[in-house]
Amino acid sequence: MPADTAPQQPDGDALLQVEGLKVHFPVTAGVVLQKRIGSVKAVDDVSFSLRRGETFGLVGESGCGKSTTALAVLRMLEPTAGRIVFEGRDITHLNAVKMRPLRRRIQMVYQDPFSSLNPRMRVRDVIGEPLVVHGLAKDKAAYRARVRELMDLVGLLPHMGEHYPHEFSGGQRQRIGIARALALSPSLVVCDEPVSALDVSIQAQVVNLLMDLQERLGLTYLFIAHDLSVVRHISDRIGVMYLGRVVEIAAGDTLFKAPKHPYTQALLAAVPLPDPELDAARPHDLIAGEVPSARTPPPGCRFHPRCPQAMPRCKVETPPLVERDGSEVACHLYGG
Amino acid sequence: MDPAPLLDISGLCVSFRTDRGLVRAVQDVSLQVRAGETLAIVGESGSGKSVTALSILRLLGEAGRVDAGRIVFDGEDLLALEDRAIRAIRGDRVAMIFQEPMSSLNPVLTIGMQVAEPIRLHRNAPWKDAYARAGELLERVRIPDAAGRLGDYPHQLSGGMRQRVMIAMALACRPRLIIADEPTTALDVTVQAQILELLKELTRQANSALILITHDLGVVARYADRVAVMYAGSIVETAPARALYASPAHPYTRGLMASIPSIDGAIGARLPTIDGQPPDLARLPPGCAFALRCPHVFETCRATPPALMEAGTAGHLRACHLDADAAGATAQERA
Ligand SMILES: Nc1ncnc2c1ncn2[C@@H]1O[C@H](COP(=O)(O)OP(=O)(O)O)[C@@H](O)[C@H]1O
Ligand SMILES: Nc1ncnc2c1ncn2[C@@H]1O[C@H](COP(=O)(O)OP(=O)(O)O)[C@@H](O)[C@H]1O
Ligand SMILES: [Mg+2]
Ligand SMILES: [Mg+2]
Repeated sequence: MPADTAPQQPDGDALLQVEGLKVHFPVTAGVVLQKRIGSVKAVDDVSFSLRRGETFGLVGESGCGKSTTALAVLRMLEPTAGRIVFEGRDITHLNAVKMRPLRRRIQMVYQDPFSSLNPRMRVRDVIGEPLVVHGLAKDKAAYRARVRELMDLVGLLPHMGEHYPHEFSGGQRQRIGIARALALSPSLVVCDEPVSALDVSIQAQVVNLLMDLQERLGLTYLFIAHDLSVVRHISDRIGVMYLGRVVEIAAGDTLFKAPKHPYTQALLAAVPLPDPELDAARPHDLIAGEVPSARTPPPGCRFHPRCPQAMPRCKVETPPLVERDGSEVACHLYGG
Repeated sequence: MDPAPLLDISGLCVSFRTDRGLVRAVQDVSLQVRAGETLAIVGESGSGKSVTALSILRLLGEAGRVDAGRIVFDGEDLLALEDRAIRAIRGDRVAMIFQEPMSSLNPVLTIGMQVAEPIRLHRNAPWKDAYARAGELLERVRIPDAAGRLGDYPHQLSGGMRQRVMIAMALACRPRLIIADEPTTALDVTVQAQILELLKELTRQANSALILITHDLGVVARYADRVAVMYAGSIVETAPARALYASPAHPYTRGLMASIPSIDGAIGARLPTIDGQPPDLARLPPGCAFALRCPHVFETCRATPPALMEAGTAGHLRACHLDADAAGATAQERA
């Protein structure tokens, strides 16, 4: 199939479609001759789609493959299998040249935006650098004006541009990271744990900013976090991942009121609510054990060794993601 | 009045000499913990939770100094003890659990030896007995195949398992007080829940007191009997857990609670925020440390630091100049 034909799916409103995505990392041994001895199945058959203007939340415990999924969508990691369709084009295997104009349309906000940046760069250049890299700054005046506009957009004062990122608090730094991500006017912004390192009172400021920006600029967000209440607050729909797979996708409210997958239920029960009475009224059934290694995932349903409702078939048959009452769930309890 | 508290901290002030000047990390902190009770200390990063905890066992290090205050544990003033006497208490009658077990476990010793060590040290037990007891302890913290893992090294365990080992070490000498400083912050939520349940269950069985330090108001709600809220080195409010959540009395506590998205709140609504950020502890304002961000601030707040005082019900204290009724009314308006 040619790379730029429209996808077959009727979902014409989809900005991003991820189908059967797999990302496996080779595990090697040996000092001189690296021999492949296995692979980490970081993402193993993940499908979801994002409608224009929506926020899709991705949750799950660390190591379940959220960041790897994000990096594959950004084409910063090569998928092992599957398809990524963005703005109607299959970008799974686009080469660097063809990818270049599309890169501008997908940007990322990181948990710690400056760990990878030059600390000697002033804030204005941190924000403006993507304009230079993509040749979008016609002249100095236009460049300055655009940087100013971006700073204003995220609530930074003009004089802050002359300072260095390390002079700012976590919340302000995240604003700088967001401004940089918006420099190229993307349609999709992948936010990987953008508020996880921030204190609660600062977290709320950044969450509000992201929501305001979405409204003003019509952005679509892939929002990754492990804090379920933050994800619920900002997302239209939420996907729950476990060990490289999506186990459930549902509207935020549905997911919290009537979680279908036993893992989603366990996850919700494990999160204590910031209200003793509300918390006491919710189920607290804890699951035993820990997440197994992604190198040797359990066969069948990957959750079965910890699942309180596991049946014999769960040990052998992988449950597909199927639609049930408007949600999607991958669990044998729901037929399929 | 109840019997004397197990731990009674009064007027604790701690500062650090840094190249930016004197950092006043803890200011006039007073708190009590009773036997069998779980006290949560909650606050954002840098609010002085760890420094308060470290002061109890005199683990502040070179740069830190206790400028004032008393820390009375089981009738003894810990700050006045000789070094030898405080070392005898550490790991015996008072035990501590840290956020990152890897930094408190010795990478080159087996976990069996590390759990046995406090028993040998404080109980003068022969190695063999201490080692056998270590096996029992690892079983009590539900490490699968405990006996078979005594010979494992820390790096062979997951983060959750390492934290279980830390709990086993802490419990080794049946301490009267356990101080757990963000014990689950580095863990995933399903493992966090397992560890906190375990800690709660084991401290309850032993009637030990627990100081649980966290920044997570959910953890506080589920596991604490009483709560002290810290802001910029001071306790701004303390109350029984239920009372704190039902009627937070300090503007900071209220702001903090409002800014957490609730699990049944309106999706897509903007969250109430506390504008600005905490003050620089090297340049604290003369009055209330929260004055710069407080929506109710008035003149007195900028000039005089407020003292902790009864706020309505017994055991519910807050440090705020605002008239209690007026604060309540404004809170309702905002709701
Ligand atoms: N570059 C890599 N090489 C090998 N394994 C990796 C690499 N990146 C991630 N992994 C592994 O892939 C799995 C998923 O990681 P990640 O996507 O970062 O999870 P999450 O973001 O949900 O915490 C983990 O087991 C992780 O150790
Ligand atoms: N060793 C130290 N040297 C200098 N300042 C310190 C040191 N330890 C703590 N502080 C300061 O004391 C304040 C309180 O720290 P801490 O008690 O660790 O906060 P919390 O545990 O609430 O996050 C912080 O502002 C920190 O900068
Ligand atoms: Mg990640
Ligand atoms: Mg701390």
